[in-house]
Amino acid sequence: MDGLGATAAPAPRAPGRWQIATVEQIRVETPRVKSFRLRLPMWMPHLPGQHYDVRLTASDGYVAQRSYSVASSPLEEGVIELTVDRLDEGEVSPYFDDVLVEGDQVEVRGPFASYFVWRGEQPVLLVGGGSGVVPLMAILRHRRRTAPELPMRLLYSARSEEEVIYAGELGEETTVTLTRSAPPGWQGHSGRIDAPLVASLAFDAGPAFVCGSNAFVEAASNFLLGAGYEPQRIRTERFGPTG
Amino acid sequence: MSEGGFVSRGFGGRRRTPDDLRQRLPPGQYLERDFPVLTAGPTPQVDAGEWKVRIDGMVANPTEWSWEEFNALPQEEVPCDIHCVTKWSKLDTSFRGVSLDTLFDAVEPLDAFAMAYSYGGYTTNHALEDLTDGRAWVVTEHEGEPLPREHGGPARLLVPHLYFWKSAKWLAGLRVSDHDEPGFWEANGYHNHGDPWKEQRYWTD
Repeated sequence: MDGLGATAAPAPRAPGRWQIATVEQIRVETPRVKSFRLRLPMWMPHLPGQHYDVRLTASDGYVAQRSYSVASSPLEEGVIELTVDRLDEGEVSPYFDDVLVEGDQVEVRGPFASYFVWRGEQPVLLVGGGSGVVPLMAILRHRRRTAPELPMRLLYSARSEEEVIYAGELGEETTVTLTRSAPPGWQGHSGRIDAPLVASLAFDAGPAFVCGSNAFVEAASNFLLGAGYEPQRIRTERFGPTG
Repeated sequence: MSEGGFVSRGFGGRRRTPDDLRQRLPPGQYLERDFPVLTAGPTPQVDAGEWKVRIDGMVANPTEWSWEEFNALPQEEVPCDIHCVTKWSKLDTSFRGVSLDTLFDAVEPLDAFAMAYSYGGYTTNHALEDLTDGRAWVVTEHEGEPLPREHGGPARLLVPHLYFWKSAKWLAGLRVSDHDEPGFWEANGYHNHGDPWKEQRYWTD
C-alpha cells in the first residue's frame, strides 16, 4: 500500500481481476440446471456470448476453476447471470447445484473472449444443444431489449420438455426440437436436428452461432454448410467437459 | 491460490488429483482423461493427398513439403502433457511428427517471430524461441493413430509447453517475421504468450 489505496475508489471496471460476487437470486431452470444471478463489485458490460471464470477455494487452499457463459443482457447493470448445468462427476457444477444459496459469495473474473460474441450483426441464426443455449440466451435477451425487430431465430435441441432451459422466455423466434421424448400432444419438432430443419431456418446472410457438445456442433455446422452458410459465417463454441 | 484468503463456503474439492500427478498440473488446471475438441468454426476437411506445409517469410530458403516429402523427414515420438486454456490438462499423451528444428534447418529463419496459419483460416503467433530447441513439432499421429480430423488431422503444430490453442490444428504453414502480431485467439482476448505455468490465459494476465 502506498497510502493512496485507502481513499481511492475501487476501479469500476476491472476485466480479468478476481472479484467476490454475491449470489442475489437462484432460479431453478430444469432438474439439472439452475441460473445464478450474481452481483459484482467491479461489474463491466460484457458482449453477449462472453464468459466468466469461476474459482472455488477449499479451506486448505485447494482450488478448482471452470468457465461459464453469461446468460444475461449487459443492460442488466451490476449483475451477471450464470446458468450452470450439473455434471455429476464434476466438482464445480455440483457445488453450484448442491451448496450455493442466495447470499453466498463466489469468486469470479471476466468477461472474457471476443470471438463467440454478438455485436449487432443481422440476421442472426442461433443453434443450441442442451446447455449450449446459455450464451445464445444472452444474445436473444440483448436483442429483445435493444432491437426487438432485428431478425433472429433460435433452434434449440433439448432432450425432453422438462430439460428445456428458459422455457418461459422462449418466443416465436424459437424452434424447439425434443430428441428423446416428447409429451403427449407435443406440436413441435422431435428428434435430432437434421438438414431440412436447419435449412428451413437458415438466413442467406449474417452469422450463425452454434453452441453445444462437440458432436452437436459438428452436425449443426455441417447442416449449415449444406444450407449455404460459408464457413466464415459459422461461429462455434464446443463444450469440453466443464464439471 | 486465492488472494485475500477467500474460502468458498462448503467447498471440499472432490475431484482432487492424486498427489503424484498434482505437481504436473499448472495452476487452475484439472486432470482430464478424454481429449476434448475446441474449434472456433466448422472442422476443415483437408485430405492428406492435398495437404502441404510451407515455411516462408523472413527465411533464407522458403520451403514447401508435400505429404510424401514430409513423411520422408526424420520422425520423432513426442511424449508430453497438454494444457488447454479452458482448464483441462491431459497427461502422458503422445504424438509423432517432425521437429521444427528439422524444418528450420532447411529454411533457415532470419527473424525472431512466426505466425502459424491453418487450413480454414486460423492463426496463432509465436516467438521463434518457443518453436526451437526441441520444443515444437508438426505432428501427424496421436497415440499411435493418424491424427483425427477433429484434432487437426492430417497435421497440426504441437507446442506442448504453451496452452494448446498455440498448437494450431490443420497446419498449412509458418510465416517468419521481424515483428510479433496477435493471431486469432490472441486478438480475441487471450494472452499473447500463453505459458500455462504462469497462468497466462487472458490479455490481462
